[in-house]
Amino acid sequence: MRWLRKNLVVIAGLITLAYLLLPNVVVTVFSFNKPKGRFNYEWQQFSLDAWKNPCGVADMCGSLSLSLQIAFWATLGATALGTMIAFALVRYRFRARGAVNSLIFLPMAMPEVVMAASLLTLFLNMGAQLGFWTILIAHIMFCLSFVVTAVKARVMSMDPRLEQAAQDLYAGPVQTFVRVTLPIAAPGIAAGALLAFALSFDDFIITNFNAGSTVTFPMFVWGSAQRGTPVQINVIGTAMFLIAVLCVLAGMMVGRRKNKTVS
Amino acid sequence: MSTVTDAPPAPPALPDKPRKVRRRGRLVPYWLLLPGILWLVVFFALPMVYQASTSVQQGSLEDGFKVTWHFATYWDALSDYYPQFLRSVLYAGCATILCLLLGYPLAYLIAFRAGRWRNVVLILVIAPFFTSFLIRTLAWKTILADGGPVVGALNTLHVLDVTTWLGMTEGNRVLATPLAVVCGLTYNFLPFMILPLYTSLERIDGRLHEAAGDLYASPATTFRRVTFPLSMPGVVSGTLLTFIPAAGDYVNADLLGSTDTRMVGNVIQTQFLRILDYPTAAALSFILMAAILVMVTFYIRRAGTEDLV
Repeated sequence: MRWLRKNLVVIAGLITLAYLLLPNVVVTVFSFNKPKGRFNYEWQQFSLDAWKNPCGVADMCGSLSLSLQIAFWATLGATALGTMIAFALVRYRFRARGAVNSLIFLPMAMPEVVMAASLLTLFLNMGAQLGFWTILIAHIMFCLSFVVTAVKARVMSMDPRLEQAAQDLYAGPVQTFVRVTLPIAAPGIAAGALLAFALSFDDFIITNFNAGSTVTFPMFVWGSAQRGTPVQINVIGTAMFLIAVLCVLAGMMVGRRKNKTVS
Repeated sequence: MSTVTDAPPAPPALPDKPRKVRRRGRLVPYWLLLPGILWLVVFFALPMVYQASTSVQQGSLEDGFKVTWHFATYWDALSDYYPQFLRSVLYAGCATILCLLLGYPLAYLIAFRAGRWRNVVLILVIAPFFTSFLIRTLAWKTILADGGPVVGALNTLHVLDVTTWLGMTEGNRVLATPLAVVCGLTYNFLPFMILPLYTSLERIDGRLHEAAGDLYASPATTFRRVTFPLSMPGVVSGTLLTFIPAAGDYVNADLLGSTDTRMVGNVIQTQFLRILDYPTAAALSFILMAAILVMVTFYIRRAGTEDLV
């Protein structure tokens, strides 16, 4: 009984963790299903069909590659613009700082539908052709603030004396930035880029409003929820989960080895 | 914020050189800010202005829309769709409270009790993100299926009797009821609660717990008087990060709910993309934005933490 009281937090925490992971388990298990009708919601029998033929559904892999392309360019754009803003905010004083801060904060505090709907009114008023470019513009817009926040946190905790030391050793401003500042800020920039990629790749609401007839992967999943869900969706979901976990584990191993060699 | 334009004070060890750099570098921050801020002004702030103007327009798709300062659209939108507004606040509120109740123990576990498993548990919290959230939300259709093990267990434990009495479920079903929507919202936004909670809990000095224990505080008192107050910044930003997106969400209400669980996001989406009634959609979206900004400001004032940005 005392043991139970002492470990109550642990038990409650593990229940929450199970709640978080349960859908992923279901997605994985049902990627081996052989459904009877058009929907993959009920377990029928074990089959490897979907794993052998992941692109067997019309248009699905096309939408997946479109999503990857958009996520790549959105990450690049948002990371470049966001890193510049973060450096300006931490390193310099300038007028209208408060206004800049709220302009960064507001997109994160705004429901996605509101941003999606208002951006669509802009595009409609400008007569813009909805498609790849409007999606990319929207994605860079909402990823930007998250990159700024991630990079800012890292640059703020940086020791300014390291850069002074570089200057003492006769490094020019460019050399100091490339050889000292950038390597130290890199983890923050990487975290921001990773966040931007995940946000862009997974975005549905804003994309749905501004895509026109272009179909990204989340939009394909949404459409299939109405028409019938192919098992291949679960295959992609499971594969992405595994790849992400493996990448993170590999990153941790490399980090650990680096720490060991340093110390 | 004062309007000082100088660079930060020059380091004492460098006498002459940085001063020159400083004068030349006066415009640097503006060049750094320009592209990103321009992007946000054109594609975030300007659309808000367009939306405000659209909401007071009248007309049809064929004849075009004109600004007529027709504020009645707002009144009509509110009186037609107030149930959806109330539902959004109610469902998002329930989901936020559930997220806090479920997320706090896990954040506490990661911060204080996980030991060398800490990184593993953190990865497990973030990892589901990499499977598209639509796929994961669809998985809830399987989990909560009629006659499935989850519904059966809830029935045996008489949980469904309670939720039916509360009006959250109907009969022996969970799917297509408000409970399913709240359950999906809670699931989807739980990591947004856990991560800020973890960040603020992790900052707490472990010696404070020891000190509280030395002063004869029971574990419960320690939590109530020391740990919880110190984690307030995490609680505030966590609740905001869950409530705001949950209130605007329409994916869970669409996939897991029924026509009786439509939220304001569903209405905006249909008006905008299917019915093409732009003024009503713009007015609804503007009301949602204003309501959330008012609630957030009030909440931050009450909670007394203003250093969230």
